[in-house]
Amino acid sequence: MTPLLKVENISKFYGHRIGCKDVNFDLYPGEVMGIVGESGSGKSTLLNCLAGHLDPDTGEVLFEMRDGAMRDTVTMSEPERRMLSRTDWAFVHQHARDGLRMNVSAGGNVGERLMAVGARHYGNIREEAVDWLGRVEISETRVDDRPTQFSGGMQQRLQIARNLVTGPRLVFMDEPTGGLDVSVQARLLDLLRGLVREMGLSAIIVTHDLAVVRLLADRLMVMKDSHVVETGLTDQVLDDPQHAYTQLLVSSVLQV
Amino acid sequence: MIEIKNLSKTFTLHNQGGVVIPVMDAAELSVARGECVALTGASGAGKSTLMRMIYGNYLAAAGSIVVDGVDVVTAEPREILALRREVLGYVSQFLRVVPRVPTLDVVAEPLLAVGVETEVARDRARDLLARLNIPERLWSLSPTSFSGGEQQRVNIARGFAHTYPAMLLDEPTASLDAANRETVLSLIEEAKARGAAIVGIFHDEAARERVCDREIDVAVFTPGVAA
Repeated sequence: MTPLLKVENISKFYGHRIGCKDVNFDLYPGEVMGIVGESGSGKSTLLNCLAGHLDPDTGEVLFEMRDGAMRDTVTMSEPERRMLSRTDWAFVHQHARDGLRMNVSAGGNVGERLMAVGARHYGNIREEAVDWLGRVEISETRVDDRPTQFSGGMQQRLQIARNLVTGPRLVFMDEPTGGLDVSVQARLLDLLRGLVREMGLSAIIVTHDLAVVRLLADRLMVMKDSHVVETGLTDQVLDDPQHAYTQLLVSSVLQV
Repeated sequence: MIEIKNLSKTFTLHNQGGVVIPVMDAAELSVARGECVALTGASGAGKSTLMRMIYGNYLAAAGSIVVDGVDVVTAEPREILALRREVLGYVSQFLRVVPRVPTLDVVAEPLLAVGVETEVARDRARDLLARLNIPERLWSLSPTSFSGGEQQRVNIARGFAHTYPAMLLDEPTASLDAANRETVLSLIEEAKARGAAIVGIFHDEAARERVCDREIDVAVFTPGVAA
C-alpha cells in the first residue's frame, strides 16, 4: 500500500518565532491520525500548512492524486489547490461559522459544495442535501433554515455534512468537538467514527482532548514547543508514554 | 504462533525525578497453535505488562515479540492495527466503548472490521450474548449503563466474536457466576480446539487447571529477583 499523504520536513516560521519545525510523517488510506499538544504547541499551524491555508517555509506535502501520481501541494498552482480542497480534501473548522455560509440555508450550504464540483440539477442537489442532513441527524424539516437558527452542535454537524458530501479522501479537522457540551460531543464522535469507517476516509485531527483521540485516532503525534516529541499507536502513546511532556499530559487528565 | 525472545521493559518516570524502573528482563515465551499458556506470579510481577507488550499497548525496551510473522516491537502502527484486527484478540478486564452504540453492534464490530456481512456478524453476536446470559431486551442499549458483571460479559462476547488465531485473556472468569464462568471456559476450549494460541492470566486456579496446558511464572523475568 502506498501513502495517501507524505509530509517531509515541514517548517513554518513567524519572523523569529517558530510555528512548527521539521515535521515528517506518512498517512495511509483509511488511517486517522491525531495531533495533540497544548495551546501554542504548533498543531494548528501544522494543520494549516498541510491543508494549504498557510505557506510552509520549508518542506513538501505530497498528496496522491486520483491518477496515482504524488503531487506536492505546496508548489502546485492556486487553482489546482482550490480544486483539491473542493473535491478530495475537506476541512472541518473548530468554529462551525468559519466553515459555513451563515446567510445561506442548511440545504444550500451542503448543495453549494456539490455545485462547485459540477452538479446542476436542482432536484438532485436538494435530494442529496436532505440525505446528508439525515446522515448527520438533522431533520428534513430544517433544510431551509439558516445555520444561525441552529444550535452549536447542529452547526458542527452541518459543517461535517457540507464537507463530506463530495466524498473527499482526506479530512482535516481542527478541534471538531471543541466548545460543545459533552453529550453533544459523544454524539458527534459516534457520527464521525461511523462516517470514517463507512467511507474509508483518512483524517488528521488536531485536538487537545485525549479522550477524543482515543476514540477516533489510529495513531498519535504529540507536539510541544513547535516540535514533534512523540509518535506511535494511539493507545500505546496514551498508556505507555515515553517522552516527559507526554507523561505530563496523560497524567494531567482528570478522571471522571 | 507467538514467539517472544529476550524481551525487556523499563519504565522511565520523567516527572518523578527521572526514576528508571526495570520491570522485565530477558523474557522468553513460545506459544503454539491450540495451546493455552497461563502467566502466573504475584500481583505486580509483570503479568499484565507482558500481555500488554504482546498486544503492542506497551513499548518494549529490547527484544522481539513475533505474532504470526509480525514483530510487534518494530512494527508500524498500521501493521499492529491490522494484526489486532485479523489475528490477535485481547479480552481486557474493562470494556471501553463509544457512547450510544448498542450492545449488539459493540459485539458485532470486530466481525464487521474483518469484512463479515452485517447479518452474519449480528447472528454471531446474538448467539454469544445469549450464551453469556445477557437478556435480549438489553441488546439494543449501550452497555455504558450496564452493571459491572454485564459489561464484563459483553466484553467477553466481543472478544470471542471473531475467531482470532491468537488471543490474550486477562482474567476472563473473574467475578463471574458459575454458569457464566462455565460458558467462558467452554469458549476458551472451543478456541483452543480450532487452533488458537492463547496466553491468559487466571487467578481462578480451577479454571487455570482446566484450560491451560502449562504455566509460566513471570517472576523469573523480573530483574534483580532470583528465579
